[in-house]
Amino acid sequence: MARRSIAIYGKGGIGKSTTTQNTVAALAEMGKKIMVVGCDPKADSTRLLLGGLAQKTVLDTLRDEGDEVDLDDVRRPGYGNVHCTESGGPEPGVGCAGRGIITSINLLEQLGAYNEELDYVFYDVLGDVVCGGFAMPMREGKAQEIYIVCSGEMMAMYAANNISKGIVKFAQAGGVRLGGIICNSRKVDNELEMISEFARKLGTKMIHFVPRDNDVQRAEINRKTVIEWRPDCPQADEYRKLARAIDQNDLFVIPKPLEIETLEKLLIDFGLVDGVAPGTAVVA
Amino acid sequence: MSIDPRVVKDELIQIYPKKLRQKRSEQIVVTEHREDSSVPEIKANVRSSPGIITQRGCTYAGCKGVVIGPSRDILSLVHGPIGCSFYAWLTRRNQTRPESPEAQNFINYCLSTDMQDENIVFGGEKKLKVAVREAFQLFHPKAIAIFSTCPVGLIGDDVHAVAREMKAELGINVFGFSCEGYRGVSQSAGHHIANNGLFKHIIGLNETPHDEKFKVNLLGEYNIGGDGFVLENILTRCGIKQISTFSGNSTYDTMANSHTADLNLVMCHRSINYVAEMMEKRFGIPWMKVNFIGADSSAKSLRKIAEYFDDAELTARVEEVIAEEMAIVEATRATVKARCQGKTAMLFVGGSRAHHYQMLFTEIGMKTIAAGYEFGHRDDYEGRKVLPGLKVDADSRNIEEIEVVPDPERYRPRRTPEQLAKIEGLTEMEFRDYIGMMPEMDEDTLVIDDLSHHETERLLEIYRPDIFCAGIKEKYAVQKMGIPCKQLHSYDYGGPYAGFKGAINFFNDIDRMVNMKIWSYVNPPWQAKPEQRAEVAAD
Repeated sequence: MARRSIAIYGKGGIGKSTTTQNTVAALAEMGKKIMVVGCDPKADSTRLLLGGLAQKTVLDTLRDEGDEVDLDDVRRPGYGNVHCTESGGPEPGVGCAGRGIITSINLLEQLGAYNEELDYVFYDVLGDVVCGGFAMPMREGKAQEIYIVCSGEMMAMYAANNISKGIVKFAQAGGVRLGGIICNSRKVDNELEMISEFARKLGTKMIHFVPRDNDVQRAEINRKTVIEWRPDCPQADEYRKLARAIDQNDLFVIPKPLEIETLEKLLIDFGLVDGVAPGTAVVA
Repeated sequence: MSIDPRVVKDELIQIYPKKLRQKRSEQIVVTEHREDSSVPEIKANVRSSPGIITQRGCTYAGCKGVVIGPSRDILSLVHGPIGCSFYAWLTRRNQTRPESPEAQNFINYCLSTDMQDENIVFGGEKKLKVAVREAFQLFHPKAIAIFSTCPVGLIGDDVHAVAREMKAELGINVFGFSCEGYRGVSQSAGHHIANNGLFKHIIGLNETPHDEKFKVNLLGEYNIGGDGFVLENILTRCGIKQISTFSGNSTYDTMANSHTADLNLVMCHRSINYVAEMMEKRFGIPWMKVNFIGADSSAKSLRKIAEYFDDAELTARVEEVIAEEMAIVEATRATVKARCQGKTAMLFVGGSRAHHYQMLFTEIGMKTIAAGYEFGHRDDYEGRKVLPGLKVDADSRNIEEIEVVPDPERYRPRRTPEQLAKIEGLTEMEFRDYIGMMPEMDEDTLVIDDLSHHETERLLEIYRPDIFCAGIKEKYAVQKMGIPCKQLHSYDYGGPYAGFKGAINFFNDIDRMVNMKIWSYVNPPWQAKPEQRAEVAAD
């Protein structure tokens, strides 16, 4: 099987890192060989796979070691022998994190991190696509498939819609496609129906609905994915379903981002805003 | 010349797409002298259109390269990748002459933080601090100026905070400029930013008193090719004390002391008028536009200064100096004029030079047939009277406008209201005023703002002027067309051209260039075989 490169985007705080790591753990359980590239300056994209923030980031290593960097300096095996790397980046409010991600991915390429037998490369990307650097995984075919983590909350859907606009831009130049919307439930009314419809309107599908479960929290306190922490709990099965859905996915599209009015109407039609009649403008 | 400039204007812009044609048609005007003494409106200080191959430079060039850089003992440190510093190293031929061999002189140094990828990713403030400390240990300057280049603004390094911290740590004056190249439509934005910095961080910090009777500052004189030396010599012989120059060959201490002068003389209006205005508001020092380019202009400017001070002895000395100098100028002028009379010139340079240098050409009988600025504003073309009506666009709003109030202790009007009324009543004083380039040009002459490369070529083909004045970027393109090009940024290898002695140098240099036979021998291969030209274009 050809290697698949997947980037996970979504609004900040939506649960990208948690979803990515649990899904990766489930894929690893299925015997897949995987590398995770954390593209967040906080460097917490591999914490659950490694059992803590044990990873020295690519950029810190580059700074300390100069040109003498080995792949083993920046890559560690985690749960299920997943290769874990973290780009890292500056402290908040300093420098240019986007440029850091570009530098970091280039270095990983030079070091041959992509030459090995891998079934999957996952990019876990910080929040919204704020600048060119954060779009790096989408550019030049670094990632071919994008999954957007979303919930039924309005701002999460706005963000997902914006990310879709970014995908359109890079799809035309580099061949990246949207693989689906992952709904990470916030227990919003009619969430499943609304996100299914939202995904349909974008031209894709809701690839899985991940229910809210406090076992995720409990596993995180133990610095583990639920797959590792309690393999037989119901939530672990949800991530296995998601992993299987991604593994078997064959719907890859150039999304059709929604006009803002269409997006707002969707929220009204599914009854998110009490007392607002359909067709009335929503004041955000 | 029988060519109709209005037809030429249409010819220059007809190749452009519709929107650009419209824009350029407002940036190209033909002079006319109206009864109410108004001149046509020109569009200026607007964004250059992509693809026109502009002559313009960037905001950093205006701030460091033009205004602050020429000072002698302020250490200029460029925060950014090395290229911005290296390519701005001594290119303008600003000269310095320390008063003693031991005195500090940093003009020949090129200091940069040389930012690398890592500094972009993690921020460059730490590296900047290290660089400031290192520069201090090496040179022990009185002041360090930090200039931000493009990436610094993008990643948000706070150069001003670093400057404050270093100032406290080192006990010398350290100040920063947010003069990233992209901050304005041209280098003009950098002039304004530099002016603000001079005013906020230097002017007024040195209270050394002076007993001399006639004290002036010379603003907008950058000592290119030694111009400033000539002017200092003239002023000194007239008995006028020059407290400071902004900024050719100036020192930090004299700049800090400049508020003790009684008159500001403004040479390059575009690059320094902000300081002149602010100093009048805070300290009560009036300013006056002068032009020391050309012998007649120099004489006129000296007389204007004498009128301001209104002192019989000074006036007598000024007349003496003018008489002495003019006698020497006349000898050269007469012989050169005999050879240059009737020849034509075009000037596309600067924000004042395209105006000032027309005077020199006039003095040897040469006619300016087209002129324009790279980065001038409407007031530089039409005069300051248009200022109240100028609309502030988004690009200009980007630059801080300092609110200036009279200094509670140091504000001192230099002239009584009666004296001021008298000075203002005199004709051609340009007191707190600049009449602009167009009113001093002949009728039916082309004035073009931000000249494009296409327009340059067409103008040369249509008019075949005897000389074209611009900068290094244009020089060789022009000369390949068989027309000599004089650089008026750096003066090529020549100068000084200011004052009376400078006029003699200029007359001789221009005489040599326009009368040299070599240009008629230029015979490039594509003239004989036009298809070669087509091949080059097709490549």
